[in-house]
Amino acid sequence: MPIKRSRSEKIFYGVIILLMIALMIVTAYPLLYVLFASFSNPVELMSNRGILTAPLGFSLAAYEAVMQNPMITIGYRNTLFYVIAGTSISLVLTIMGAYALSRKNVLWRNPIMFAIVFTMFFHGGMIPSYLLVGQTLGLQDSPLALIIPGAISTWNLIILKTAFESVPIALEEAARIDGANDFQILWNVCIPISLPAIAVITLFYAVAEWNAWFGAMLYLRNRELYPLQIVLREILITNSTEAMTTGVSSGDVLPIAETIKYATIVVATVPILFVYPFLQKYFVKGVMIGAIKE
Amino acid sequence: MATAQRVRSSVAAQSQLNFRQRLVKDFVRNRYIYLMLVPVVAYYVVFHYGPMYGALMAFQDFNVTKGIWGSPWIGFENFTTFFNSVYFTRLIRNTLAINIIELFFAFPAPIILALLLNEITSPAFKRTVQTITYLPHFVSLVVVIGMMVDFLARDGLVNNLIGAVGVAPIPFLQRADWYWWLFVGSGIWQGIGWGSIVYLAAITNIDPTLYEAATVDGANRWHQLRHITIPSIMPTIIIFLILRIGSMMSVGYEKTILMYNSMTYETADVINSYVYRKGVLNADYGFSAAVGLFNSVINFGLLLIANRLSKRVSEMGLF
Repeated sequence: MPIKRSRSEKIFYGVIILLMIALMIVTAYPLLYVLFASFSNPVELMSNRGILTAPLGFSLAAYEAVMQNPMITIGYRNTLFYVIAGTSISLVLTIMGAYALSRKNVLWRNPIMFAIVFTMFFHGGMIPSYLLVGQTLGLQDSPLALIIPGAISTWNLIILKTAFESVPIALEEAARIDGANDFQILWNVCIPISLPAIAVITLFYAVAEWNAWFGAMLYLRNRELYPLQIVLREILITNSTEAMTTGVSSGDVLPIAETIKYATIVVATVPILFVYPFLQKYFVKGVMIGAIKE
Repeated sequence: MATAQRVRSSVAAQSQLNFRQRLVKDFVRNRYIYLMLVPVVAYYVVFHYGPMYGALMAFQDFNVTKGIWGSPWIGFENFTTFFNSVYFTRLIRNTLAINIIELFFAFPAPIILALLLNEITSPAFKRTVQTITYLPHFVSLVVVIGMMVDFLARDGLVNNLIGAVGVAPIPFLQRADWYWWLFVGSGIWQGIGWGSIVYLAAITNIDPTLYEAATVDGANRWHQLRHITIPSIMPTIIIFLILRIGSMMSVGYEKTILMYNSMTYETADVINSYVYRKGVLNADYGFSAAVGLFNSVINFGLLLIANRLSKRVSEMGLF
């Protein structure tokens, strides 16, 4: 359908395009700067006083320092474990809960649903949760403290429950007539049909786990268990690259400390940014279902 | 005929069973469903209702070794101590200031973005804008604040750029007067694209015949935006507004704790970061639980009020 525009509409359209381009630059440039700076020659970067449009010189020194840093490799390993274990547990619980609550014939379904949704709007507070997990359940310095307390996101549960509710009844009835029990119906009928919704909530859980740091700060004292984000916080915010620059001659410490920061950001962020475009087309569906339902 | 009879006889058979027998029958038939439900209910009981029970410590001179059962009850003493403390007005002021700035700037930003994106006729350009603006949502808070610390440092990128036009360097993150704006601004940077998804989805659901009819009647793009698009997404906007008002008394403590420092406490310290310092760092459990509970109750009250107002004004609400 060709759109006829008046003169003022053309100007309006031009302004929108310019605004969008400006927004893209403001959004992407900080990330691009970090990427360029991480590959730059540390000494050249130090003396640079403006924006970067490409790496200054080329150096992998920062990445070598990052890879050799024991805290980063430990953090990476721990985070991978927390993401895989946490996302798996979250998915299993969310799928089971969503299936059970999507059945019409469950006793007390509405009161249970009400009690679950209520937790989105009212909570007991940080300190009672902290004491419950750390003291009562004794999960201080346990990896479980980072995996179990946030295992179910009510938002994700509602997204998936809505997806299961939209599975055609006829398919389930056909399976039931063939003698399938609820586990088989869930596995063979509901899950295959709801794969887009499951993909979205998997991404949400994995990203949340990858980016989580507060739980680790509350419950972990043992540095061997630290996730990557806590290590990152030490390097980026509380400023300590000393551990990584040992062995570098003192005059080079300052410049390389700066590029190490950028390289750490890249190493910690790229994996997440890499998976998301593949799932982007499902976002609208996933987010929207939850919104309508609420 | 035959089915009707069968239904009637099965109803008769059901009513012959007493309540207990029917319960048992239901549990046997739906055993797998209940099996799946048990861990989920247990999770909510322990990790959501557990802390609500634990919040009772707000009314106690709480002692970890004695627990909730053994600690002495002191009524509202923890609350009055908080209301009378020097921190009270500062915390409330900062919490409200950040939320009000967010309500004015961060709340409408994704709506405006969605409306602008909707005007774009090239699908490829639209998709590019979306892909790029969604990105920061996936960047961790630690990295976002880490980047701010770096870019806004005295010798950082921003100061180099404004230095080039002759502005003296500003130590942004050490300045209390910049804190609110940097907090909200970085939030917009991170959330504008992601927040626009729901509104874009609401726009896609608008019946296209409305626009066709409007075009026939001579409406231009601006008329269509004002009289079709905005009214059509109003229910979505109102629902998110109610949710937003329900958290007017909380500011993300994770971001606050990462972003503030002793030089910005004056404007940065909010109720939740205070709860963290008092409870986790100073182990003043009963008192900090009271501050947290006060916060939860106010937020819940605001949510109920916003919901009721919205129902009265627009007949729309969450519940």
